[in-house]
Formats: sequence, structure tokens, C-alpha cells
Amino acid sequence: MMEYIGLYNYWIVIMVMMIGFYIVIARPNLIKKIIGLFIFQTSVFILFISMAKVEGGTAPIIGEGITAYSNPLPHVLILTAIVVGVATTALGLALVVRIREAYGTINEDEIHVQDEVNE
Amino acid sequence: MSDSVLAVHLPALLVVLPLVSAPVCLLLRDAGYAWAYTLVVSWCVFALAIVLLWQVFVEGTISYAMGAWAVPWGIEYRIDMPGALMVLIVSSIGSVVMPYAYTSVRHEIGESRSSLFYTCYLLCLTGLLCVVVTGDAFNLFVFLEISSLSSYVLISLGATRRSLTAAYQYLVMGTIGATFILIGVGLLYMMTGTLNMVDLSQRLSPICETRTIQVAFAFMTVGVSLKLALFPLHLWLPNAYTYAPSVISAFLAATATKVGVYVLLRFFFTVFGSRFSFESMHVGDILMILAVVAMFVASVVAVFQDNVKRMLAYSSVAQVGYIILGISLATVAGISAGMIHLFNHALIKGALFLAMGCIFLRTGSVDIQDMAGLARKMPLTMAAFVVGGLSLIGIPLTAGFISKWYLVEAALDGGHWPLAALILTSSLIALAYVWRVVEAAYFQPPGAGLHEVREAPVAMLVPTWVLIGANLYFGIDASLISRVARLGAETLLGFTG
Repeated sequence: MMEYIGLYNYWIVIMVMMIGFYIVIARPNLIKKIIGLFIFQTSVFILFISMAKVEGGTAPIIGEGITAYSNPLPHVLILTAIVVGVATTALGLALVVRIREAYGTINEDEIHVQDEVNE
Repeated sequence: MSDSVLAVHLPALLVVLPLVSAPVCLLLRDAGYAWAYTLVVSWCVFALAIVLLWQVFVEGTISYAMGAWAVPWGIEYRIDMPGALMVLIVSSIGSVVMPYAYTSVRHEIGESRSSLFYTCYLLCLTGLLCVVVTGDAFNLFVFLEISSLSSYVLISLGATRRSLTAAYQYLVMGTIGATFILIGVGLLYMMTGTLNMVDLSQRLSPICETRTIQVAFAFMTVGVSLKLALFPLHLWLPNAYTYAPSVISAFLAATATKVGVYVLLRFFFTVFGSRFSFESMHVGDILMILAVVAMFVASVVAVFQDNVKRMLAYSSVAQVGYIILGISLATVAGISAGMIHLFNHALIKGALFLAMGCIFLRTGSVDIQDMAGLARKMPLTMAAFVVGGLSLIGIPLTAGFISKWYLVEAALDGGHWPLAALILTSSLIALAYVWRVVEAAYFQPPGAGLHEVREAPVAMLVPTWVLIGANLYFGIDASLISRVARLGAETLLGFTG
């Protein structure tokens, strides 16, 4: 039992991921989908940050009497992944703006209806 | 040659050249200058790719430490035979479509946004090339996203508003795929503490039966399958290819999904090793079933499409099925058949989408109804479509025949004779959809709207026919490509050094 509670940040990762994924699938609003997508990506950031923690380790700065350091590399990786995530979100929102201009709505169902009428 | 500075830094140049050119292109503003500049850059990249392939032929696998940071701590660029072949495919398609782009882009996107188009095109090219040459798992994710993000933009530049929703749909699904890959990379790093692919493979073998590695494998497979549009994860592809600008449909159909397949090969064989992937995870069985379903379902759906670009897009999903089928056999014959079809399909689909672009330029439509009698007005374009279509079906003397031949041979070789029968049967469905277009264009009287229609301009016909010519050339003389593919398959399976 304790073993499962001890891994709580991984449970949080899974929960956040599923919440984000659910929003992407279930919400017809295009902006909410983008929000869901970003929450989905955020969960992976937490996953990387969690794995960087070394038990008893401090920040990776050399100092007297310190033997254990946390791993700094996942933080750096995630910094890059955050940039990718922000770029994706920005592009997604830009597309939503253009979709709004072209269709007059950001509701996925209404867009489908408009597309089918034009077929 | 191998002593000169240029030759040593070739792998870096291949990526840096288009990457640095992209912002310069943005500054040029003028559509004509931007086009000429992109043309020169893409041709230079093609030249570099040829030299690179030659180097790999002569000297074997090239390992390049980016920024001179020692491997495995720094980022390694690693080019072996399959990688060199992929670089050649991407850069050759990239350079062939460029002369075509000038007229097509001006017509479909407009002068004012042209330089933005070429900037994104160069970024997309950079991303695709770097995904192939990199030997670092995280670097691969980053450049996969660079190519994907720029291809979302390129697709959204299409002529109708539906290109926007297609790009949006692709963005959502592509990002989910990329995030899955990122999770996989994270789990691998967690277990091994390295990101270098060769280093990963060595450190993975003692611990590969752990749950974490199995989960990482599953995330990777699903994520990459989304990117390469393996059935049933292909839902983004038909809309994206249908509503994208013609040049981009041709470019992405010929390169983006192929690079996805290459990433899959890299992870299955280089990182996880074929023993783990195929014997303990049984991924071959799953892929084989999905590939066969893709071949049939997507081909049948293609028959019922009235929009020819959409028809070709569904056909792409089916053709990805053939490629994956070859890989799922996990034998030298199977993988080399998959790689041969990967190369040939790039030529086929590139040519067919370019022909569609010619038709769209002159008639403003790619619907089958509007193509009635078009062969009399645009004989060269339609002839290109017919030859490309024959190659798609797999008629002898075309490249498609060579792929089908090797695929059937690989299936029989592995004792899967029902697979061989399925490959041949599904090719007949391709005959059905290609015939629908041929029937309309050649055997129906021209519609009233076709009076003003002329043959497409030379600048667009030449690239189309170059790819068609390549189809015929590689259909008659397949010794080069089969040799490269065989060497590549042997490298991946670890038979030779």
C-alpha cells in the first residue's frame, strides 16, 4: 500500500494526463481542446521533473560536504519541451482565430454542419 | 575529399543550411526572391545528400559529434545506410518540387504570403532531415516537432477554409503523438540515464524485460504510428492532404509519413533491438494485422472518393500499410521490401499529387466530375497521372511493380503465402480507383467548363515528369535501390558492421 502512495507524483501525472486527454476528446470548443492539449503535455513535464529528483540530493551546485545532487538534465530537456508546447499552443490558438474568421464559430459540431452543407 | 573541412562537417551542414536559411528567407519578403533562394538552398541540400550517400557507401556509418561534445554526452549525428537513403529521398523530393512551387504557390497562396510559405517549407525540410540523421532520442523529438509545427502551418495555407480545420485536426493528433514519444523517451532515460540511441541499445538489453521499458516501447510505438498514419491512427491524414496546397500535398505525402516509418525502424531495430520488439513484445503480429486492414479498408474507401486528392490520400494510408507489412516480417527480405516500397511510394505519390496540382491550377478543381474529357485538354498531365497510377497499382516496368515483387517474395520467404495473396488482391482495388479517374478523363466527353483550359505550364510539367521518369527508371533498373535497401536492412538487423 505504502509503495503506491509513495509514488504519488506519478499518480498525479496519470490523473493530469487523463484530464487533459478527456478535454481534448470530449469538448467541442476548439479553444478548450487546446487547453486540454496543454494540460496533457504538462503532465509529461511533471513526469520528467519527478524522475530528476534524487533522494537526499540537493540542487546541482557544487558545495562543501554535499555528496548527492539531483539530476539537472531532465530539467533542461523539459525546458525545451515547454518551448515546443508553447509553440504548439500558440499555433493552435492562431488557427482557432483563423477558423473563427472563416466559419464564425469555434464549436466543432457547428463547423462540421457548415462543411457538410457545402459538400 | 574526406580530409576537407566541408566533408567532415557534412552531417551538420545538411541540417544547419536549411535551418539558417529559413529566417533569411523570411527577410526577403519578395515572392520571387524567396522562391529563388529556397530553390538554391534545396538544391544544395540535395547535393549534400548525394555526397553523404556516397560517403556512407565508401566509408560506412558516419558518426558526427555536434559541437564536438563527446558521444554519448553530446548530441550525435549518425548516418548509416538506411539513414542516407532517407536523406536522399527527402532532399530529392524537396528539390524536385521547388521549380514547380513558383507558379503553384503564386496561384494558390498569393504573392504577399509566399515568403512565409517558403520559410515554413525550409523549416519543415530541416526538421525532416534532422529527424533522420540524429542519433539522439530527445533531439529526434524536438526536430519531429519542428517539422510537424511547420507542416501544420503549410497545410493551413490551403485554398479553402477547410484547410484550417484540417491543420487544426492534424495539430491535435500530431501533438498527442509527439507527447507519447516524449513519454517514451522519458521512461527510457529514467531507466538508462542516456539519450544516445546506440548507448541506449547497449544499456537496454539487460533490463529490457522490465515493465517500465515495455511501457516506454508501447508509448513510442503508438506515438510514432500516429505520426506515420498507421491505420487506425490515420484520421488526420485524408483531410490534411486534401486541403493542403498542391506542392505541400506532394511534399508531405512523399516525405513526412516516410520519415515516421524511418523513426519506427530506428526504435524497433536500433534502440530496442529486434529480439525485444518482435519476439518478446510481439509487435510484428499487431503491425501485420493493422497493415493488412489498412491495405484493404483504406483502398476500398479510396474507391468511393469523388475528390481525387482525397482518393490519393486514402491510397497513401493503404500504401503505408504495405510498407509496415514488409517491416512487420522482421526479416532482411521483409525490411528491404518495406524500404524499397518506401522509396518507390515517395516517387509515386509525389508525382500523382504534382499532377493533381497541375489540374487544380488550370481547372480550379480536383473533383472527378470536373475531369471529364480532361485528357484532350491536358494530355501530358493526364499521361503523367496514368503512368503514376500504373505504378501505384504495380504494373511491370514501373517502380510499383518492383515493390510489390519484393513484398510478395518476402511474404513467401517467411512462409506467409496468404499475405502474398492479400497483397495482390488489394493491388486490384488500386486498379479500381485509378481507373475511375482514367475513365473520366479519357472516355467521357469534355464538360462545358473546359473550353478555356490549357496544358499546365512547363515549369510544373517538368518536375511531374521527372518523378514519373524516376518511376519508370527504377521500375526497369532496380539493382541500385534493392542493393541499398538490402544493405540498410542488414545494418538494421545488425548482420554487418
